Parts: sequence; C-alpha cells; structure tokens
Amino acid sequence: MKNKELRFTLLLLLPVALVLFAYVLYPSLRTIIESFSSKEGFSAATYDTFFNSESKSNLEALWNSVYISLLSVFLSACIGIPLAFIFNKFDFPGRGFFSSIAILPIVLPSLVGVMAFMFLYGESGLVPNAIKDLLGLKKVPFSIGGISGILIVHAYTMYVYFYMTVSSTIRSIDPSLEEAAYNLGASRLTVFRKVTLPLLTPAIVGASLLVFMTSMASFSAPFLLAGGFRVLSLQIYFSKVNGNLQMAATQSVILSIVSIAFLLFMRWYQNRKDYRMSSKGIGAHRSEVKNPYIKWTMVLIGIFGVVVLLLPHATILLLSLVPDGTWTWQKYPTKFNLNNFLLLFNEPRIWDPVRNSLLLAFIATAGNLVFGVLTSYVLVKRKFIGKNMLDILVMLPWALPATVVGMNLILAFNEPSVFTFGNILVGTFWILPLAYFTRHIPLVVRSTNAALEQLDDSLEEAARNLGAKWFYTFRRVVLPLVMPGVLSGTLLAFVQAVGEFPTSVLLYTLSNRPISIEIMNQLRMFNMGQAAAYGMIQISLIGIVLFISNKFLGVKAERSL
Amino acid sequence: MSSITLDAIAKSFGKVKAVHELNLEIKKGEFFTFLGPSGCGKTTTLRMIAGFYYPTKGSIKFGEKDVTRVVPEKRNTGMVFQNYALFPHMTVFENVAFGLKVRKQSSSEIKRRVEDALKKVRLDQYMMRQVSQLSGGQQQRVALARALVIEPDILLLDEPLSNLDARLRDEMRTEILRLQRDYGITTIYVTHDQVEALSMSDRIAVFNAGVCQQIGTPKEIYNNPANDFVASFIGETNLIPVTPAAADAGTIRLNWNEDSGKSLVLHNYHQGKWSELSSQPLSVSIRPEALEVLEQPAGENTFEGKVEMAQFTGAALQLFIRIGSRLVQAMVLNNLTLRELEEGDIVYVRFPEQHMRLLPRVMGEEEHEE
Repeated sequence: MKNKELRFTLLLLLPVALVLFAYVLYPSLRTIIESFSSKEGFSAATYDTFFNSESKSNLEALWNSVYISLLSVFLSACIGIPLAFIFNKFDFPGRGFFSSIAILPIVLPSLVGVMAFMFLYGESGLVPNAIKDLLGLKKVPFSIGGISGILIVHAYTMYVYFYMTVSSTIRSIDPSLEEAAYNLGASRLTVFRKVTLPLLTPAIVGASLLVFMTSMASFSAPFLLAGGFRVLSLQIYFSKVNGNLQMAATQSVILSIVSIAFLLFMRWYQNRKDYRMSSKGIGAHRSEVKNPYIKWTMVLIGIFGVVVLLLPHATILLLSLVPDGTWTWQKYPTKFNLNNFLLLFNEPRIWDPVRNSLLLAFIATAGNLVFGVLTSYVLVKRKFIGKNMLDILVMLPWALPATVVGMNLILAFNEPSVFTFGNILVGTFWILPLAYFTRHIPLVVRSTNAALEQLDDSLEEAARNLGAKWFYTFRRVVLPLVMPGVLSGTLLAFVQAVGEFPTSVLLYTLSNRPISIEIMNQLRMFNMGQAAAYGMIQISLIGIVLFISNKFLGVKAERSL
Repeated sequence: MSSITLDAIAKSFGKVKAVHELNLEIKKGEFFTFLGPSGCGKTTTLRMIAGFYYPTKGSIKFGEKDVTRVVPEKRNTGMVFQNYALFPHMTVFENVAFGLKVRKQSSSEIKRRVEDALKKVRLDQYMMRQVSQLSGGQQQRVALARALVIEPDILLLDEPLSNLDARLRDEMRTEILRLQRDYGITTIYVTHDQVEALSMSDRIAVFNAGVCQQIGTPKEIYNNPANDFVASFIGETNLIPVTPAAADAGTIRLNWNEDSGKSLVLHNYHQGKWSELSSQPLSVSIRPEALEVLEQPAGENTFEGKVEMAQFTGAALQLFIRIGSRLVQAMVLNNLTLRELEEGDIVYVRFPEQHMRLLPRVMGEEEHEE
C-alpha cells in the first residue's frame, strides 16, 4: 500500500516533470550549449568577443542594464516607501481613494505604458509643449528620452512593487511592538530606525529584488525610448535579428547569470535574520492629521499625484479617439471620434491581431491552468525526493528575463525534437502559446500553491475517511476550495499573455501577429490612434480581470503580484 | 460494529520511532481511550487505525478482517478530527450527506438519514446553514453527525474537545457519551485530558514516548498505576524514590533515597509481586487525599513536617509540607475538624499502608519536579 501511494505520486509527477524538462530546462540547456558552439565545435569565442571586443558595445550594454536597474530600484523605493507610510500611518480626507489609485500603474501593459509616456513627455509630447505654449518659451522646457525616459517609465511602473509590499507589511506589524519601544523610552526616530525599519526589511528586500529583475528584463521601455543607448535585453534582440544566434545565446546566458546572482544574493541577505512576527497584526493605528495646513497640503499633493498617475491612462484614451491622419503636423490633436474603435470591430484586418492574441492567450492559459493545478498539488500535498529541484524548475521562468525565455525557445525548437513530436515549432502558430505558457508557469503555480497551503490536510483525510476515492475528493473537496486562488492567478496570466511583448517580438509570425506586435507596427506607421485603441483593449481587459478577482474571487489586487 | 485487534504494530518516521510494538484488543461496543501527553504516539496509532498511516510492522484487524493495508476509504470508520475538518464550501446538510453520496444512496434515503442524524445531535434546524455560521460546539456536533451517519464500524475521535471552552467541553462530553451509547458503536477516543479519559471511558490505554504504559479501566489505572509515569500523569500524586533496605516475611523496609534516616515500612506485601519488583528502581506513590495530616505523632510511617504553603480551595485545604528535603502535597477535606493550619506550622504526616503503591520508576529525576 505504501507502494501504491508512491506509485500514485509518481503517476502525478511524471507529466509535471516531463513538461518542465521539455519546455523549461531543455531550452535553457540548449541556449547554454549554443553559446559555446560554433561551426568548428566547442568554442568560447563569443564570450571572448563579449568581454574583450574593441567596440565594447556588449560590455557597455551589460553595465547600462545593471546601473539602470540599480537606479530603478532606488527611484522606485524613494517613491513607493514614503507613499506606503503616508497612506498607512496617517488619516486625512481622501486617503482611501488616493491609496487605491496608487496601484493603477499595474493596469498599464508595459508597451502601452511606454507609448503613453512617449506621447506625454517626449520631444513632441503633450506636457512639455503645453508648458512651452503656456509660458511662451522658445523651446520645450524638458523632454524624456534615452536613459531618463527609461528610468522615469521604470519608476512609474515599478514603485508599485515597493508600495504594495511595504504597505502590507506595515499593516501586519503589531502596533504593540512600536508601543513597547516607546514605553521603554525610545524616541520616534529610534523606534523607526530600530524597530519599524528592520521589520520592513523582508518587504524592502523582496521589492528591490522584483524591481531589479524586472528592470534587467525590461524590454519595451528601451525598445521604444533608448535611441542609441544600449541595454542587454535589447542587444539579445538585435543579435537575433542580425542572425547571430550564438551571440544572442551568449548574451542570454550572461543576462540570466546577473539576474539569478542578484536573486541568490537577496535570498541570502533576507535569510540572515528571522523577521517573522510572533503575533498576528491587529490593524495598524492610523493617526489623524490634525493641523489643517498640513492636512490640506497633503490632500493637494494627493490630487496632484492622482493626476500624474492617471495621465498615461488618459493619454491612451485620448489618443485612441484621434482618427488616423488627423494629427500629423499639428501641435495638438484637433479631431476626436470613435473611428478607431469602429474600425477595430468592422475591419477584419485590424480585428485579427486582437482575435489572435485572445486565442493564443486562451490556449496558453488553459495549459497553465491544468498544468499549474497538477504541479501545485504535487508540490504542496505529496511527498517525494527532489521536491526542491522541481520547485526551482517551476520558478526558473520567473527568474529568467522574458527575452531569454524567448531565445531559449528559439534555440530549442528551431529544429525537430522529441518534445515537439518531430516538428519545428519556430515559425509556426504553436511557438507563441508555448512561450506564453512557459512564461506564466510560475505565476499560476504560485497562486495555486498559496491556495493549497491554506487547505488543511485533514479535509482531504475526512473525505477519504467517509469513503471518497482520491479523484472524487480532488473534484468535490480540493478543487472547489482552491478555485478562487487558482482562477485569480490564471486570469492574471491570461491578461499578461494578451499584452506580452518581449517574447512575442522574438517569436511571432507574419500570419499570426498578436496585439502588441500590431501596436508596434501602427506606431512605426505613425497611426498612434489605432495603436492607442489596441492599448485601450488591453487596459480594459486588465481592469476587468482585477475587478473580477477583487469582487468575486476575494483576491486583493496587491496579492495578484 | 466490530472489535479491533492491534497485533505488535510499530511505526517509525525516518529514524524516529513514533510507536513501539503495541498489542491491543478493543472489544465490540467499547469506549476505549488513548491517553498521553503530546507526542506520545496516541494520534499516530489512531491514524494507523484510520488508514492514513501504514504501520511499519505488525497488523491491524477489524473483527476477523485484516485491514493493515486497506486504503482509508475502504475501512468504514467514522473519524472526528481535532479541527473538525468540515468542508467549508458545503452546507451542514451537504457535509453530513457527503459520506452517503459517496456510498451512492438514493437522494430520498440520504435526506432521511441526514435529517435523522442531525436530529440526534440536535442541529436539525441548522441544516441549510453554511458551516462557518455555526459556533464551535455546533461545528463539533456536525462533525459527529457526519461521522455517525455512515454507520461506521468504528468511531474515531481525535482530541475532539480540545478546541472548545471549558463549559462546552463538559456539555459535549455528555453528548458524545450519549451518542456512543445510542449507536452502541466501538469508539476510540484520543485525548491528553485525564478527566475526560477517566469520566468517559470503559478502558484506557496510557501512552508515553511511543510506548503503551498500561491498559485498564479508569479505576484500575487510578488506583493501581503500573508505574510512576501513570501515577503522576493520572491525577496528582506524591512520588518518593526509595531503595529497599530489608525484606522478609512480607515486611519490607524502604529507605528514602534523598533523606537518610527516613524509611517507609510495608507489612503484608505480596511475595510474588515483590520478587517481580525488587530488582528495579522503585518509587512509592501516594495520592494527596490519602495522606493523613495530624497534630501529634502517631506511630509507624509518620514524619514530622513544616507547612510551607496552605491553599484553601473551598472543598479542601491543599497543603505543601516540607519533610526533610522533600515537599509533599496533601489534601485535607474541609470538614471543620482540623484546626486552622498556617504556613510555618509543624505537623505530622502519616502514610497509610493501604494507600501506598510501590511502583517501578521509569521517569528521570527531573520529570518528578514539575
């Protein structure tokens, strides 16, 4: 019987391990192998070129990527941490509203967000030009582009990581800890330095890690804003477009190594101390701001913040209403109508990318759902040797930059392999769903894990004790209970797949273009109206999904990260 | 309903031996309790009977049927879990009906039997509630109804009262007993609470460190504990480590290990029992209520002592009396005959022979001083 249990675990484990090996591990290995192989066999020539080339373009790109990421971490922290404190420690009119607006940047898919920033703050952007005209200046007072552009976009989209993690930790800190410190005679500053800040360490470390890895992997912002500025994720794309696959592989390996090294460093740093709270948080006390000047200043700043935060969304909406060809030499758009949206639904050529994206995302996410539930069940509820290995494999696509995941799939499946039943996947319809699927394995598995860990083992035991077989128990007890968690993760994976840009741009085929590629094309043809209309579709999809998760699945938006 | 036979079962988790070789026979319809401190192996044994663990060695029989390697869902046992394990996404009715649905009963039959079971636990008016809307005691009763409605051969209860407050616990104790008598079902009850064990059980097995220390009726276990662990785990007792000094013709003299010069004398000690015991380390156990506290010395087995603490508990006076290096606990009933005792008073403590138990010592020294 012990053997029966073991056999059953193996039966569940087999498909999981097979899929992870075929579509996560094997492609990564192929990339490493590719980076070392040239026509003459084994060679580290590309690594040589990378580190010693006279042009130094690769080293420069590596250095740029790292320091942009570090600066992004710093800037995001500077915005996110104070905001978290203000919203969770003080009470003033409109606090609830402002704090819910503060997470809105996550509703913007990266490519669409970058596009909004271009039209808002770029050389011919609306804000700089408006200021110029209002003040009667000769030149625009400022404009973003290159490094500053990338950094501003990063800060805008990534401060949310700091804001959310720090907020939820502040809320979970038992107020009596701070009160105990005051009671022992500590001053406000000492309490902050010695008690509050150390307790926030895990949150800050976690957010830094997220921001660093997201910036290292960031593709859309440099793609549209970098100009001549080089970053590593973009270099991979250029190498691939230029047909230098070995170089692309080498760059992928190096980018992954930096990302994963940072991940390991942060894990190590975090594990040096135990920060777990022994008591459950009892809702932090917020102190009401009494001084009317400070109070109304805070409200004013809040309103200003809301405007800044919502400008990109508003810009996309505005642009989507500008018909093609009516905003060319004019400084500001003059004509507005719903033409772009009508075209979207009437013109099959323009609707096609939307349909493609929805279909691709649906296939990928359906796969994620089935695979995620199975994997998570095995990881959480079954005992076997090598669980850690499996866990690492599951998380690998999260640690790898999207561009690298794309490269891995190209290098693995541009030739027939057993895992594709002898077919070449690159250049076919199936490569994109596979890419989206691989990218979102960690997301779905993790959200399912969280739900399954909440599920007490005794529920399953009770069902079996009452005579139910494993499958009946799984169907009637386990699944219904974890479904909300599973669905919220899956829905998020779906919208992210719809908006996915970095892997799409590496893998798409002309006959099967997803939305993000079409946005890029429309931008190239200066049809920003149509591009923005596509963007609006993505924004609304994300909005709907967050709303459903929040309303019906009882999952808070901040948990969906 | 069926009897249960555990034949030399043992369970190890890796290198840790959770249950050492255990032999046990539970009769049809018996209310049998596994009693012991946490980590003693009682829950592990229960889970082996339910089928959630398979024993490393030995076999389990329900009646004549060997079930050692039968999967849990085929055993027809009804289990009540410590946290109740009610399905949170189902109503009270659906929870109780679960086992019947699995057994493919017709829906009218299910309805009849669920209603019947809920009536028995007096929850029939809560049938359509979500389980989260019930109080702890009500959830407990749903869990009982769910386990009983499938008419299991054996009812397994895993510390079912530990999550309830004291008043509810008393109420549920009677409720469980009533249901068990109603259904006449063989029941195994796991608990660390000696009061529950003594008041509910037909028989008790006392566990410690994976070993079953003693099996017996509540009276046997309280009055004739098998060793010093059982004596101290069940009720309060004074344990005095002793070494035999002389033994002849049924009279035994036992020297206190820690106080030279003090000794206890037992007359008429059973010869056969003595030969069994004499080679082991020994302790004398005597319950606080059996000690006699006197104002004058009164012959054999009487020691002078000083009252160190006197606590009035209403029904009795609880005394901690220093005798030599030892602190003994005595309980004097509040029958108004004794003069007011205060801390610092000198008294004489008599150890009546019929209340002294000479027991093998299995606990380490530090375990005595709790």
